[in-house]
Amino acid sequence: MTEFTRPDGSSGLVPTAPTVAGGQPLAPDAGIDSAVGIDPGVDSTEAAGLELKVRSQWSYARMRFFRHRLAVAGLIGLIVIFGAGIFANLVAPYSYAAIDYTNTLHPPTTINHHYFGTDGIGADEFSRVIYGIRTSLEVGVFVAVVSSIVGLIVGAVAGYFGGLLDNMLMRITDLVLTLPVLAILLAVSALIGNGSQWTISIILAGFFWTGIARVVRGVFLSLREKEYVEAAKASGAGDARIMFRHILPNTLGPVIVNGTLAVGVAILTEAALSFLGFGITPPTPSLGVLVNDGQNYPVQWWLTIFPGLLIVLIVLCVNFVGDGLRDALDPQQRRIRA
Amino acid sequence: MPEPILSIQDLAVEFRTEDGIVHAVDGVSYELYPGEILGIVGESGSGKSVSTLALLGLIPMPPGRIVSGTAMFKGRDLLRLKKKELRKVRGNEVAMVFQDPMTSLNPVLTVGRQLGEAIKTHYPDTKDAAVKQRVIELLTLVGVPNPATRYTQYPHEFSGGMRQRAMIAMGIANSPSLLIADEPTTALDVTIQAQVLEVLKRVQQETDAATILITHDLGIVAEMCDRVLVMYAGHIVESGTVEAIFRSPRHPYTIGLMNSLPKLTEDEEWLEPITGAPPSLINLPPGCPFHPRCFLARERCRQETPPLAPVEGSAHQSACHFSEELIGRKSKFSEAVA
Repeated sequence: MTEFTRPDGSSGLVPTAPTVAGGQPLAPDAGIDSAVGIDPGVDSTEAAGLELKVRSQWSYARMRFFRHRLAVAGLIGLIVIFGAGIFANLVAPYSYAAIDYTNTLHPPTTINHHYFGTDGIGADEFSRVIYGIRTSLEVGVFVAVVSSIVGLIVGAVAGYFGGLLDNMLMRITDLVLTLPVLAILLAVSALIGNGSQWTISIILAGFFWTGIARVVRGVFLSLREKEYVEAAKASGAGDARIMFRHILPNTLGPVIVNGTLAVGVAILTEAALSFLGFGITPPTPSLGVLVNDGQNYPVQWWLTIFPGLLIVLIVLCVNFVGDGLRDALDPQQRRIRA
Repeated sequence: MPEPILSIQDLAVEFRTEDGIVHAVDGVSYELYPGEILGIVGESGSGKSVSTLALLGLIPMPPGRIVSGTAMFKGRDLLRLKKKELRKVRGNEVAMVFQDPMTSLNPVLTVGRQLGEAIKTHYPDTKDAAVKQRVIELLTLVGVPNPATRYTQYPHEFSGGMRQRAMIAMGIANSPSLLIADEPTTALDVTIQAQVLEVLKRVQQETDAATILITHDLGIVAEMCDRVLVMYAGHIVESGTVEAIFRSPRHPYTIGLMNSLPKLTEDEEWLEPITGAPPSLINLPPGCPFHPRCFLARERCRQETPPLAPVEGSAHQSACHFSEELIGRKSKFSEAVA
């Protein structure tokens, strides 16, 4: 029967006779051993010693990230600032609530470690700022994590199932997006009273998931049509398995970037809210609370400048890191940024 | 005659589109016996893929709809299984190898992980080490060199042929009793095609899975299959053993297909195409769907759809009113078979 396709046994247009590149017919019972030498594409290069260092997606991403100078600077900045916040009880010379009425409104000095001076009731501003970083960090990370998870689930469900469910979820998303965040936040905080940092965080997360939901939905919409999703379906995978094992990893890039940027926006919003007096209740210091306190003392510049500067620094660093991640996690981008 | 493992009766599938209803598969019946390789050939749009995708419930619904039919597989009707039961069948007892290995593997998961998924989907309690061992066994079986290294690599580090081998490995991961290969070599270049077919054949012999091989390449059919179905415009127009069909085709369409192939033993100035174009599946011509392009066509063909009826023994069937006139008519390849 082989004559029909490949009568001369060597130069065939019809590719059915099993031969290896050299034209040697392959034994019909070709075992694994003979199969090993078959593919001339990949393994002959390895055999010839032309080894290419194989890098995973993540190591490419890492490489690209570390070539991005601003991102690295931002990362270092964040490590220092957040490190101080996390280890506040080790770094801060005083407790944030330690009051010293004999030493109020002292300008910055190195004496007694009052690097950022003292406030109206004699508490050490440096310590308060450090503890404030911790609060802001907690708010920022909580909001980013919770909103990412919610956004991921909403986006995944909407994008994967489509139809009516998608329509409903996306209209809810649109609705949340059109709400004036600050006005609602003010109203809600006024309603439930000045909350703890966790109530504020939950409210913020309730607004922030929309961006991630839209991004994730877009990715799911395009990927659910891919052949490998069909292949996964054909191998018996259920919806949940396809969504979370097969498609979700593809969305991690944009989710990480959005999540990172959300940390910055959440910190900023919390600061704005606290500054307006609707956020976190003193004495828990957050950077926004501190700036708010500071405005009672217009002459004592250190009480506003230092916490304000820290807010700016944190958000700037977060954005640099987010930018770097965006470039690093873009799989289209093989080029390494100078 | 042994019991068929798969018995399809009167399968009809249609798609609703804006232009009208597309009758992709219209009254298809066939049987598949244990351990045999059945080829399904036909042009693009002849319904060969759709008729098998329907078995696994992989037709997007809507717009698709299974109008009628039964598909008995091991005593159960695949077309009437609940979604959950069908999922247990997919990738387990019935597995599928898709056409394009470049897009059928998830780019963000390692090949080992994806093959492991295929196993874990059906046997979630399998220990990771056992899954890994099985995957490496599978990769070895399909002739992937250095399976232990390949296990940890991503699809982009595989060549096309290697990916298709990985796809075949995925298909046989759970030792299916029915393997459907949907144009497994169409996306590969000719030398790799031969190797992949060799792998497929060896795998088929080792697992003894009944195999449906969908292709538009008659050469592959001649090389690989035991029996063959020729499809045209959603209908089976001829079926029989490979030998019978190549020796004495009894349907004008089959003859046309063969005559349009180049013969390598002779110098041919011109190929002999089938005149005309495939009909629109929305608006099929009345009577025999092939009559507008048929050299035998006469009035009866325009009015009466010919049934698939036995010609010379029950194994060889043709759907042509005038198949008897084709007795003795040689195809281009008659001598090659003899």
